[in-house]
Amino acid sequence: MGIFDRFTRQNDEQEQKKLEEGLEKTRTSFFGKINRLVRGKDTVDAEVLDQLEEILVTSDVGVETTLDIIEHVEERVASDQYVSTKELNRLIRDEIAKLMLEDAPERPADFDAPLPTKPYVIMVVGVNGVGKTTTIGKLAHHYKNAGKKVILGAADTFRAAAVDQLTIWSERVGVDIVKKDMGSDPASVAFETVQAAVAADADLCIVDTAGRLHNKVNLMNELTKIKKVMSKVHPDAPHEVLLVLDASTGQNALEQAKQFTKATEVTALALTKLDGTAKGGVVLGIADQFKIPIKYIGIGERMEDLQVFNREAFVDALFSGATV
Amino acid sequence: MFDNLTDRLEDAFKKLKGQGRITDVNIATTVKEIRRALVDADVNYKIAKDFTDRVKEKALGEKVIKAVSPGQLMVKIVQDELAELMGGESADFNIKGEPAVVLLSGLQGSGKTTFAAKLANYLKTKKSKQVLLVACDVYRPAAIDQLHVLGDQIGVEVFSDKESKDAVTIAKQGIAHAKSNGFNQVIIDTAGRLAIDETLMNEISSIKQAVRPQETLFVVDAMTGQDAVNTAKAFNERLDYEGVVLTKLDGDTRGGAALSIKYTVGKPIKFVSRGEKMDTLDIFYPERMAQRILGMGDVVSLVEKAQEQYDEEKARKLQKKISKNKFDFNDFLDQLGQIRKMGNIKDLLGMIPGMGKQIRDLDIDDAQFSKIEAIILSMTPEERENPELLNGSRRKRLAKGSGNTITEVNQFVKQFDQMRKMMKQMTKMGGMAKAMRGMPGLKR
Repeated sequence: MGIFDRFTRQNDEQEQKKLEEGLEKTRTSFFGKINRLVRGKDTVDAEVLDQLEEILVTSDVGVETTLDIIEHVEERVASDQYVSTKELNRLIRDEIAKLMLEDAPERPADFDAPLPTKPYVIMVVGVNGVGKTTTIGKLAHHYKNAGKKVILGAADTFRAAAVDQLTIWSERVGVDIVKKDMGSDPASVAFETVQAAVAADADLCIVDTAGRLHNKVNLMNELTKIKKVMSKVHPDAPHEVLLVLDASTGQNALEQAKQFTKATEVTALALTKLDGTAKGGVVLGIADQFKIPIKYIGIGERMEDLQVFNREAFVDALFSGATV
Repeated sequence: MFDNLTDRLEDAFKKLKGQGRITDVNIATTVKEIRRALVDADVNYKIAKDFTDRVKEKALGEKVIKAVSPGQLMVKIVQDELAELMGGESADFNIKGEPAVVLLSGLQGSGKTTFAAKLANYLKTKKSKQVLLVACDVYRPAAIDQLHVLGDQIGVEVFSDKESKDAVTIAKQGIAHAKSNGFNQVIIDTAGRLAIDETLMNEISSIKQAVRPQETLFVVDAMTGQDAVNTAKAFNERLDYEGVVLTKLDGDTRGGAALSIKYTVGKPIKFVSRGEKMDTLDIFYPERMAQRILGMGDVVSLVEKAQEQYDEEKARKLQKKISKNKFDFNDFLDQLGQIRKMGNIKDLLGMIPGMGKQIRDLDIDDAQFSKIEAIILSMTPEERENPELLNGSRRKRLAKGSGNTITEVNQFVKQFDQMRKMMKQMTKMGGMAKAMRGMPGLKR
């Protein structure tokens, strides 16, 4: 049935269950609505499509992506002559899966997998309050558990107590941290972190940066500089620029992705607070419009609640139990 | 895709231009366009629908008026409806009580702690209150430290208990501490929480019952999407808060969440917060916000910002200097500083009507001003007082010292000269404000 038969689950069952729980809000509201929508209808008519638009849009999918999906559904309805509402669910699922799986990385990132280079440098960026520092703490936890030597860099020298916050995480997880006084040059902290990682023969170093709104030119320039400085220690560093996005953010998330990419060539996304929102739909919009893979998702408060993003598993989780 | 609401509405209205009258047929696409524009601006879908239905109804009812174009008519209707949706007058903020207590609530990362400090600073400096901050975020690492750091910055005492994990008790102790130490205003910062987290929602309800705040505020990120409505509703059901705080409005978000929240819970937005500096807190004026969304600028806020920085005594001295053609680089640096104190130049220009769209792609980032500052700061005190001294070799030194090219220095000095002359003429007509328009650095 559909394109899903091709997928083999790569997560173990427990992780899948956790993911399903984390997405509970999105799933029940998103697909519950679709189920109610098609109930008692015989055919897919203009009214059904209108309501589908509403469901998608209210899930933060965004107008553009929504119209794309609807257009595709319309085409399918037209070419198949007659589509019963029973088939609609599958049709939508197909469309969303296609969207999500296009230009998917060959295999999902894995905490256990060997890192391509040593030290592998991750620079973490994002607007204020999306959960950068927390994500770093959780990443450090996972990578350390996978047997990797991790060093953190506290280059958010601006926000009050940001260094303390990362320090507490480093103690909790049991990894080293490079830090300086508040207000010192973030680029120099980043530089020294990579240096320290090289000296200590670490596998991975993760550099925190201060949250900044993407429309502040000066602050975005600063980010470019921080990135450039790291490459002076290690020619390809940072190997990964991770943009952290808050899943409850609306259409502004797309603009964030655009501007941060402009300043730092973002290579991966982390989507946080997915458990708190009924609207995980922003994932679809981002998958549709950006070629940047979503690499991690945050689905809860605990350290384990940061997962490597697996598109197949994600779509499966979205649809589990959502049959008509 | 990333046009803001104003642009989208402009496009929608364009479709109506040239049409003789508003009819069922020609309004249909416009209405749909407005709705999508609103949804793209993160206004809740249902509310956007409701809104456009109302607009449509009004528009059709008024089709008899022939004096105005349908486009203009639509603009007016949308604007009126939007203002109504945002709520009439701005809401009061209750600071009466011994002590008056403010309780903050919201999701993780919405900006509660930063806002707590800004509000403390506002009540201290503008309302002359004796403010105590109470740190009840016992969960997020270093949240208490963060509040202490901010408290130190603004000179406000912070009450905390790092050993305790009992936020309710800390809140109560905080109030007791305020009472026995002469504080008449308490602001309680709490941990971020999800509305679906029963345990934490119970905790904040208990805090509210224990301290009986005059103002319970729901702090929400202006960039929030469609879910803003549900979150605002869920918090309201548990806390029945007095008002809403909209944060991170200095971003380029279209702020549709503001409309949705106001519409859904019917609680006023009491403050907006735009930036990480401690003085970037504004009272929320619904009409201004509605106007701003529609690209009509925010002149009132601009004028108020200017007034705050305006020192009459200084201005009089300056005027005297100008009239004697003694305006020098020191004065200029001073003026520059005053403008910058008002905030980000781009933000300021964004408040000027009609400027919204043009300046977005413009790079008048503050770097332009920094350049000029660097040139002036590379001058000797003597040079600053006597602009005439700047000969070729001095200029060469300035270029080197400030990291500019000699052409840039020449250009600036020339502009300064012109401005000086212009200012002298202006003083006869009066007003610094007019003269400021000729200031270098404001060109494209």
